[in-house]
Amino acid sequence: MTGWLGPEEWQAVALSLRVALVATVLSLPFGLLAAVALARWNFPGKGLLNGLIHLPLVLPPVVTGYLLLLAFGPQGPAGRVLADVFGVVLAFRWTGAVLAAAIMAFPLMVRAMRLAVEAVDPKLEEAAATLGASRGWVFATVTLPLIMPGLIAGAILAFAKAMGEFGATITFVSNIPGQTQTLPSAVYAFLQVPGGEAAAMRLVLISVAVSMGALLASEFLARRTVRR
Amino acid sequence: MTLSLDISHALPGFTLNARFEAPAGITALFGRSGAGKTSVVNAVAGLLRPDSGRITLNGSVLFDSAAGQLLPAHKRQLGYVFQDARLFPHLKVSANLVYGMRFARNRSGPTVEEVCALLDIGSLLDRHPGDLSGGEKQRVAIGRALLSRPRMLLLDEPLAALDSGRKAGILPYLERLRDDLGVPMLYVSHSVAEVARLATTVVVMENGQVTRTGPAETVLSDLRMIRPLGVREAGSILPARVVTHHPDGLSELSVSGGRLLLPQTNLQPGASTRVRILAQDVILSLQEPRGLSALNVLPAVVSELKEGEGPGVICQLRCGEDYVLARVTRRSADALKLAPGQTLYAVIKAVSVDPVDVGRG
Repeated sequence: MTGWLGPEEWQAVALSLRVALVATVLSLPFGLLAAVALARWNFPGKGLLNGLIHLPLVLPPVVTGYLLLLAFGPQGPAGRVLADVFGVVLAFRWTGAVLAAAIMAFPLMVRAMRLAVEAVDPKLEEAAATLGASRGWVFATVTLPLIMPGLIAGAILAFAKAMGEFGATITFVSNIPGQTQTLPSAVYAFLQVPGGEAAAMRLVLISVAVSMGALLASEFLARRTVRR
Repeated sequence: MTLSLDISHALPGFTLNARFEAPAGITALFGRSGAGKTSVVNAVAGLLRPDSGRITLNGSVLFDSAAGQLLPAHKRQLGYVFQDARLFPHLKVSANLVYGMRFARNRSGPTVEEVCALLDIGSLLDRHPGDLSGGEKQRVAIGRALLSRPRMLLLDEPLAALDSGRKAGILPYLERLRDDLGVPMLYVSHSVAEVARLATTVVVMENGQVTRTGPAETVLSDLRMIRPLGVREAGSILPARVVTHHPDGLSELSVSGGRLLLPQTNLQPGASTRVRILAQDVILSLQEPRGLSALNVLPAVVSELKEGEGPGVICQLRCGEDYVLARVTRRSADALKLAPGQTLYAVIKAVSVDPVDVGRG
């Protein structure tokens, strides 16, 4: 594969895979929590939380990226706390690309998981409780297995979205080859230089294949959930 | 094992006020749809928190609003069989059956093998709930509840979703639970036939209120219960004993008031049974009838009469130790000059008794 792709292209693909994977894995617990909260719980500010989660879906990505920069940049309040307390710097690093990708992919993940949680009949959980299962056990042995296809579908969608994230990423962490140049940023960069079309096309093909595969897998899993 | 309950709870449209005691055996919670039966069972199970009241099982508190006590559902050790089975779709039958076992605090109790044999579900273990028929699902649900080693079984219309053939198929299993395992049960039903067949104690509910509690034989032959039970379903239960089976397809049973010949039952001679006789299947005669095709003639004394809104009169008869109800027209009642204390004969056609109405006693 390295023979087919140039070193710079390969670097971009590898970085995108890493960013998307880390972003997806780190968002999973938060995505599940948000899905359960939105599907099942009633609390003040539920509409606000729902809006906040879905905001990146409708905001121009460049705006999201700029807001991230304001908050997590070297001078931003959150950025300073992270740097001082945990020694973590996000701006212009691949870790920042992870945050940008995670935030942009989060609404897709939560939507898929929320549908799965809503499809679980609470009567089954009641039945488990009457059989002696505490809330934790009910979740682990009834709810979780039943929503698993939805969880995986949500994770796959989020992964694909994270792979393709461009606007917020380039605004927040720029486009530094080897550090923050993800697959879409590399496509953009190749298109800016003469003779870069062939490399851009190779990356475009990879991008289309990954996205299509993710959509098909997610559809398949969603249909499995409904059939049950 | 006694369940005591005294609760009130506001529901949309009416207020639930229920107070009764359920002793050992099967306590049937009887009433029309919407009478509040399921809410009562949910309160016992811990799935509904009543506005106020107290529920105890053998003295241990499940709920007490005054003391602020509420035992969560998963700590109540009650097996709940729902109308819609509620088997876990992602687990095989075998995993569904043992689901509650890991939480069971009671070490003794029926084993998986015993429950499979009792409910005849051994061949279903490798199947998924989606591949089961309605009757199979309910039997698995009963097995699953039993294997959680409950202190009491709660059954909410477990047969309502089944056709009559499947119902008749499950009734003997429930009788075996009652008689062989001695599991106390709270059994919700709106079917008089099921109540008559299974119940030791009957609690009648109307519009959220408990209107009558008592032994099944007494409640079902009470003339004031005709309206809530429905006049076409009115009938009495006679405790009986199988005497012998005749070669012509009839079984002979002894009741306190004499002998009954009924279509053959599959119970052994000597077995105690209970027979439900519908009021509309009983004919009254002032003289001992002759030249009549009906096989069963029991001497009886009129104990009480009640006129209905239609053309009918319901007549409660004392027949030996037990009561028999007879439904006749007002015209016939006038012609026979029926009055309390009068002696006469109750005539019952053998074939009018549905085999489903002959159960283990």
